[in-house]
Amino acid sequence: MAPRLMQRPGPAASLVIRGARVLDPAAGIDEVRDLVVRDGLIGGDPEGLEVIDGTGMVAVPGFVDPHVHLRTPGREDLEDIATGSMSAAAGGFVTIVAMPNTSPVVDNAAVLGTLIDRAEREAAVRVGFYAAITVGQKGGELTEQVEMAELGAAGFSDDGHPVADAGVMRRALQYQRITGLPLVLHEEDMALSGRGVAHEGAVASRLGLAGIPPISESIAVARDAVLAEYEDGWIHICHVSASETVDEIRRAKERGVRITGEVTPHHLTLTDAAIASLDPSRHKMNPPLREESDRQSLIAALLDGTLDLVATDHAPHDADEKEVPFEEAPFGITGLETAFAVCNTHLVRTGEVPLDLLVRRMSSDAAAALGLPVPTLADGAVADVALLDPEAVVVVGATGFQSKSRNSAWLGEELHGKVNLTIAGGQIAWRP
Amino acid sequence: MSRRSLLTIADLDRAEIARILRVGNRFAEVMERDIKKVPTLRGRTIINMFFEASTRTSTSFELAGKRLSADVVNVKGSGSSVEKGETLKDTVITLNSYLPDVLVIRHQSVGACQLAARHTQAAVINAGDGKHEHPTQTLLDLYTIEREVGPLDGLHIAFVGDVAHSRVARSGIRGFQMMGANVSLIAPPTLIPRDAEEALGVTTSTDIRDVADADVVYVLRMQLERMGPGGFVPSLREYAATYGVNHGRLRPGQRVMHAGPINRGVEISGALADDPKTLIERQAANGMVVRMAVLYDLLAGPSAGAEPAEHPIGAVAV
Repeated sequence: MAPRLMQRPGPAASLVIRGARVLDPAAGIDEVRDLVVRDGLIGGDPEGLEVIDGTGMVAVPGFVDPHVHLRTPGREDLEDIATGSMSAAAGGFVTIVAMPNTSPVVDNAAVLGTLIDRAEREAAVRVGFYAAITVGQKGGELTEQVEMAELGAAGFSDDGHPVADAGVMRRALQYQRITGLPLVLHEEDMALSGRGVAHEGAVASRLGLAGIPPISESIAVARDAVLAEYEDGWIHICHVSASETVDEIRRAKERGVRITGEVTPHHLTLTDAAIASLDPSRHKMNPPLREESDRQSLIAALLDGTLDLVATDHAPHDADEKEVPFEEAPFGITGLETAFAVCNTHLVRTGEVPLDLLVRRMSSDAAAALGLPVPTLADGAVADVALLDPEAVVVVGATGFQSKSRNSAWLGEELHGKVNLTIAGGQIAWRP
Repeated sequence: MSRRSLLTIADLDRAEIARILRVGNRFAEVMERDIKKVPTLRGRTIINMFFEASTRTSTSFELAGKRLSADVVNVKGSGSSVEKGETLKDTVITLNSYLPDVLVIRHQSVGACQLAARHTQAAVINAGDGKHEHPTQTLLDLYTIEREVGPLDGLHIAFVGDVAHSRVARSGIRGFQMMGANVSLIAPPTLIPRDAEEALGVTTSTDIRDVADADVVYVLRMQLERMGPGGFVPSLREYAATYGVNHGRLRPGQRVMHAGPINRGVEISGALADDPKTLIERQAANGMVVRMAVLYDLLAGPSAGAEPAEHPIGAVAV
């Protein structure tokens, strides 16, 4: 069964991006030329079309984020499908998939169906939805996954509430043979995480914060890789944060397990040194920011493909939730609107990650890993394009956010990288 | 104008700590007079916000403010709007509207004082935030050691017990080191924070016999209320037998400290707690003059803005 992606109807884009660096690593395209979009498709006759000056800019396949929180249903005050998908468009994303840890949880066809209907009316870019693995994300009974797969679920996840019981996970992997959809796993052994609120290490020890050890993540990945191997299943590991986890995924891939992994811009660019400010709005998230050695492992894993993609874990929260003492605040930061600029500023411009690899990991690789349609700039494809200005300086939040929330780790900071145009599913979704 | 705050002991440098301790000495002299009140902070407003249980810290802060002639208001978690669900941010904003000069905050959560400082013009003094820091405790401990034992330089101080949950230890380690002391931790492995040696610049041991190396043995309370389910030690009985500090584990001349409240028969034997040679009672007594010195330093000291530099304490302590 195939994931269903929804987008509101709109006019097909027709324009010419003049003189940009057209960069689609997966399709082997990297040249300065015009990029034509006609009637929502790549290529065609440029005659009579609006011309956008792309000088100094890079036109890439639009980004794909298989891990966002749209807070709908239940917390539409934090985000909804319209604002979350606009936030995605503003970040150059053409496809996003939302997690089911909402209120109520997306654990039955009725809730999923409502979301699909709303997304067909409201989504600025393609939006898909995961459904829960277990009822209420409580880790007990499996949800009615065939019914939800037939309705169009993009996969199954108990994100935020890891499946503690190995027997339940095993049954989910067996049942996966019917749906053929990925199990998207937040990996954490809650018995090891306990009341932890930050990476267990020197910084947390100095601050008196209860720690979340890296092994609480890697031990869960090790278990599920073994289960997936035994059941011949397909698992995707969310927001990898620790070098121990990278090692587990690498070993599993070497054994031939069908396992993919994602890493967030914040884990690639920040460490637990940042939490000394004790500002939960910027730096409290789960998994937590870890150490420089972890960060280096994550970058190396992104480069060598052990980690397949960059995902934001866009997690909107409002000031009322976040303006409390660090220990009491909920986990999570926003990410869609800053993802490219953060990675471009702190990975590409520092020479740690080449631009073409970043583009791959944010677009075609991200889509392919989760079985989503792969954006491409090849002639005849549906236009999924982000036009980036990698040199432009932006001050995060200076002109507001498309998201309803502003709990960004980079609020007020200068970054390099502006998204000047997003065409998603053949429609202009973002043009500031 | 936003005033200087005291959120962690690292907000002070060695010279500033020395200055506060000197001022504490002057206030100690004042406390020997018949009239124990000075007009130094007349017209200033101090709000003590105690969201977590406290006897020593709250009483000594209140008395410190009153003896400096400040207007002192006490807000407690119970009996205030906190019980109606008011957030810390809203409580701070409300109290800030009364234009206090100082907010003294005790709270159960790490980061509470940082949050408060973002929402007030007043100086914020951290009177203990969860497991994080308790800088005025460290100042009074330094004051006590200097007076009763001698200079900190080269002194060896061993913290014994529940380091993981102790804000007293976290501020103390840094403060004692700043003043030149060597600090070691002696605790069960389950109660030593991860990477403690690197994070805190201390040596660690799990053997109680290593107290022999210390000049000062600083006993930490077993903070059962912060441990939650799944104990860090099998039983208090085993803890007392393995790590409890008593006369038998000390050699003559070693001085014993405890920030209180004590669990008799757990981390410290009743007989040792009652021994007048320990510094425990001096710590409590010194808390008031040191907190007077902290309030003075923030509001009338050399870096408090409008006040003249090198303001002679003798002149105000009439």
